[in-house]
Amino acid sequence: MTQREFLNIVMPFKDKVFRLAKRLLISTEEAEDATQEVLMKLWNNKEKIEEYKNVEAFSMTMTKNFCFDKLKSKQSQNLKIVHSNYEDNSTSLQKQVELNDSVSWVSRIIEGLPEQQRMVIQLRDIEEYDLDEIAHMLDMNNTAVRVTLSRARKTIREKLTNTHSYGIK
Amino acid sequence: MVLNNIEELLEKYENGETSLKEEQQLKNYFSQETVEPHLEIYKPMFAYFLVNQQEQFTKDVPLSTKKVFNYKWISVAAVVVIMLGIYLKSTIHNDLGTIQDPELAFNEVSKSLEMISKSFNKGTSTIGYLEEYDKGASTLGYLNEIENTTSIIFKKNQ
Repeated sequence: MTQREFLNIVMPFKDKVFRLAKRLLISTEEAEDATQEVLMKLWNNKEKIEEYKNVEAFSMTMTKNFCFDKLKSKQSQNLKIVHSNYEDNSTSLQKQVELNDSVSWVSRIIEGLPEQQRMVIQLRDIEEYDLDEIAHMLDMNNTAVRVTLSRARKTIREKLTNTHSYGIK
Repeated sequence: MVLNNIEELLEKYENGETSLKEEQQLKNYFSQETVEPHLEIYKPMFAYFLVNQQEQFTKDVPLSTKKVFNYKWISVAAVVVIMLGIYLKSTIHNDLGTIQDPELAFNEVSKSLEMISKSFNKGTSTIGYLEEYDKGASTLGYLNEIENTTSIIFKKNQ
């Protein structure tokens, strides 16, 4: 497999890998490193790529596992990944300052969710995957995904309502 | 009617029962400039989702095309070398040829033998220089004399 063929396969979902990594690791740099690592691993095993039924789903699972490993090793080192560089780069959609403010609230709320819920929200509401696909990627069953998703959405809504009515968290 | 529909969808959405299509409907609705006041709180959520869809991975991935050295080629090269060796050897042998006329052959042989003996003699004549070495070694014998005198001196000291 040549580089070009590989890139053709990988390009469509590399952003998704990156976003999932960022959702889990929070820091942009960490997420970039993780994405690089995942893509390198794919490249090194490029002979096997044709055997995989769904390279994209496989890569997402790989990303999830890689990020979990990373988080685990960080925990054992007693280092917390500090989120200090979070910024929404594309602000074209955020026209109003007020909206911008609430959007950053949403990001903070999602960061506060458990990892499982964060991943499901990311894969469903942002990447718009099928529930079955998500179940396959995360190695869960369909109902579990649905329940997790519902919980995450409810939590986000509740917290948003609180923020909205009190103006403070 | 539309509003009812949206509220219904939101209910389903929170239970995780909406299809992707219905969720797209919700996203479209909430990306509008104005939404119903009591649904305002959902707006940032959907806006956030839309914004985050656009984030891209910009870093380069160094895809190293490191070539794994193929050891098969070593055997190929070895075979080539061996074949070449055999070929050259056989051609050199063939080139020498043989002399048919016995008298001429005798002359040739004696000529080459003479050459060998000549150069052999040259070699042996240089060995003559070894005598010089012997001479040098014999002069070393005088060192004994020095030893004798020093021993005498030491005795006196004692």
